[in-house]
Amino acid sequence: MKKIMAFLALILVALSAPGQASESAGLSPVELDVFDLAAVRRGATVYANYCSGCHSLSRIRYSRIQKDLNLTETDMRNEFMLGDVRIHDTLKSALSPVDGESMFGVAPPDLSLIARSRGVDWVYAYLKGFYADPSRPLGVNNIVAENIAMPNVFWGLQGIQEPIRSQVHGESVVTGLKLVKPGSQTVTAFDQTVRDLLTFLAYVAEPAQLQRLPLGKYVLFFLLVLTVVFYRLKKEYWKELH
Amino acid sequence: MANEKTKAFLAWLDARLPVIAFWESQLTRYYVPKNFNLLYFFGSLALLVLVNQILTGIFLAMHYKPDALLAFDSVEYIMRDVQWGWLLRYMHSVGASMFFIVIYLHMFRGIFYGSFKQPRELLWLFGMVIFLLLMAEAFMGYLLPWGQMSYWGAQVIISLFGAIPVIGEDLATWIRGDFVVADATLNRFFALHVIAVPLAILMLVVLHLAALRTVGSGNPDGIDIKKLKDASGIPLDGIPFHPYYTVKDLVAVGIFLFLFAFMVFYHPEGGGYFLEAPNFEPANPLKTPEHIQPVWYFTPFYSILRAIPSKLGGVLAMGLSIVLLFFLPWLDRCPVRSVRYRGYEFKIALALFVVSFIGLGILGGKPVTPDNTFWARVFSLGYFGFFLLMPWYSQREVTLPLPERLRAPVLPLEEREGWFWQTLARLWRSIQASEAYRSTCVWMEATWQRIQAWLCLQLQRLWIQINQRLSASDKYQSLRAWLKTVRGKQE
Repeated sequence: MKKIMAFLALILVALSAPGQASESAGLSPVELDVFDLAAVRRGATVYANYCSGCHSLSRIRYSRIQKDLNLTETDMRNEFMLGDVRIHDTLKSALSPVDGESMFGVAPPDLSLIARSRGVDWVYAYLKGFYADPSRPLGVNNIVAENIAMPNVFWGLQGIQEPIRSQVHGESVVTGLKLVKPGSQTVTAFDQTVRDLLTFLAYVAEPAQLQRLPLGKYVLFFLLVLTVVFYRLKKEYWKELH
Repeated sequence: MANEKTKAFLAWLDARLPVIAFWESQLTRYYVPKNFNLLYFFGSLALLVLVNQILTGIFLAMHYKPDALLAFDSVEYIMRDVQWGWLLRYMHSVGASMFFIVIYLHMFRGIFYGSFKQPRELLWLFGMVIFLLLMAEAFMGYLLPWGQMSYWGAQVIISLFGAIPVIGEDLATWIRGDFVVADATLNRFFALHVIAVPLAILMLVVLHLAALRTVGSGNPDGIDIKKLKDASGIPLDGIPFHPYYTVKDLVAVGIFLFLFAFMVFYHPEGGGYFLEAPNFEPANPLKTPEHIQPVWYFTPFYSILRAIPSKLGGVLAMGLSIVLLFFLPWLDRCPVRSVRYRGYEFKIALALFVVSFIGLGILGGKPVTPDNTFWARVFSLGYFGFFLLMPWYSQREVTLPLPERLRAPVLPLEEREGWFWQTLARLWRSIQASEAYRSTCVWMEATWQRIQAWLCLQLQRLWIQINQRLSASDKYQSLRAWLKTVRGKQE
């Protein structure tokens, strides 16, 4: 029995260690807590004000957000449900993909699963990675996604960043960013805004995690008890053999 | 009374269907070697995972839509709007990876203890066909979510058929049902994934088990237990499968389900290996992802494919790497089955094979660089060397004498022969004699006691909490009052 317990403990440690390791090198991992419902709510407000103009979240409904965040429909109307939408609608943007393509050259992608397909680390680095670049049509470029068509929607909050260039293998490469003109938010406040938004996006990418993670411990506890019972049963039967 | 009725019903049933005979021949009178160890659990676990895949698959198929325009959304619909849909989907996707872990260990057991050898060649061949079908099943199932990696993985693998001379391109088009992977491909893969291949797998599992019951299970000593029988014709070292191994397998089932549930509830993406990040983006035929790679369980074979410079050569090598497994019973010329009594040649070759297989698996998930290609070639040589040199090295092995009766499931260190184990045993004895070992033992014992005490305390606290909450609730109080009155009336 001791051996089995020790074995299980070892495997648990081994499995949980590399679990959430960041896939792409060079991106600093960002810690988020989707169970911080207040942060999800703040993030949803940021999303409604800054993202929903162009991007859709077509795989989640207002009603689901209302239920998961324990809100009333009035809260929803006041904070997130901009314009003429109904509670069971999905978070569709007013900008049609065709218009988006004609305006930006590419239709703004649906962000329902962006936290899972790109990973939150990438989105975090991306949202904070815009810098001034007069050669681009919208005047900005991005350090993790070069020549991206998206404007920096947070320039008013964040301010304006200039690139730090260095010579790598004889080529001028952007290796860092510095804030040259502060925005309406301080650096820490803006960081919190981006984190809130990401917490919201991480929630939207898999709303079921609010159900899945709390349930896990009960299932594991039940299976542990079941295994102990099975082990006792086996001992009982095999006793007569030796 | 009830017992007599059951008996009468069984007699009625048995007169019309050989229920009792089947029960006895398959379970209670199927005598199995008594020294099975850890590696012998994976057969029954594979059956468990197969049942899991079929059951969860049925419910997923009720909500999934095999249509290029709807497939991706229908999977997300399952994940979000279907009650417990996320659980079904994760059990199915984690189950697929678990299936391969279990099957690879099951196959390793076969090679390790020589289970594939005479008289179990047919058993091995049926198993290999199941493995082949399982790979087809997994490959076609992976297309169904219709994500980027689903799409491009299928595109790459199907285009491999194009490397076959003369008929290649036509064959690839025939498989796809279109000139690129498209709706037609998705539809036929769905049909094959939910009906054709599972049906074939189930039938082969029946044959696999029938062949096993005919020749009997092997054992870690690789000897024939049917040689020594008691007066009533029962093998001296055999015990009935039921109840002994059914209850023993249940322990393995418990531990397996614990690990399975741990992955399903806490790491359903398997760190990006079970569900790959690019697959959360809908399939886009106009946008090729940066790295196209198969799921982890195919990477060893994918690595072999990439290690060969020519496309046709790569495809042939990959095909050969699987075909060779079929010929194992005839490549191995050593009469001794179990690794316990085989010569050092086989032990070294097997160790190199395992290292090569794992190495190929790791490299198959990485981008192509000159270094990676070099190592992939080295490991490919290791992989093929194990099979192709086998007729030579297995013939010149000096084997140890076989025991008359079965030995322990896991041999104690002192009983093992050869300089490697002897040195290890000596080392172990010297460690045991040391002061540090003794103090570690004491510390571990104390820690274990502390953990137990802590667990007891937690349980107590939980119990107290539950009691407090219950006594605070009106319903509970009224229930108790009601019970009191009922009891009072009875008295």
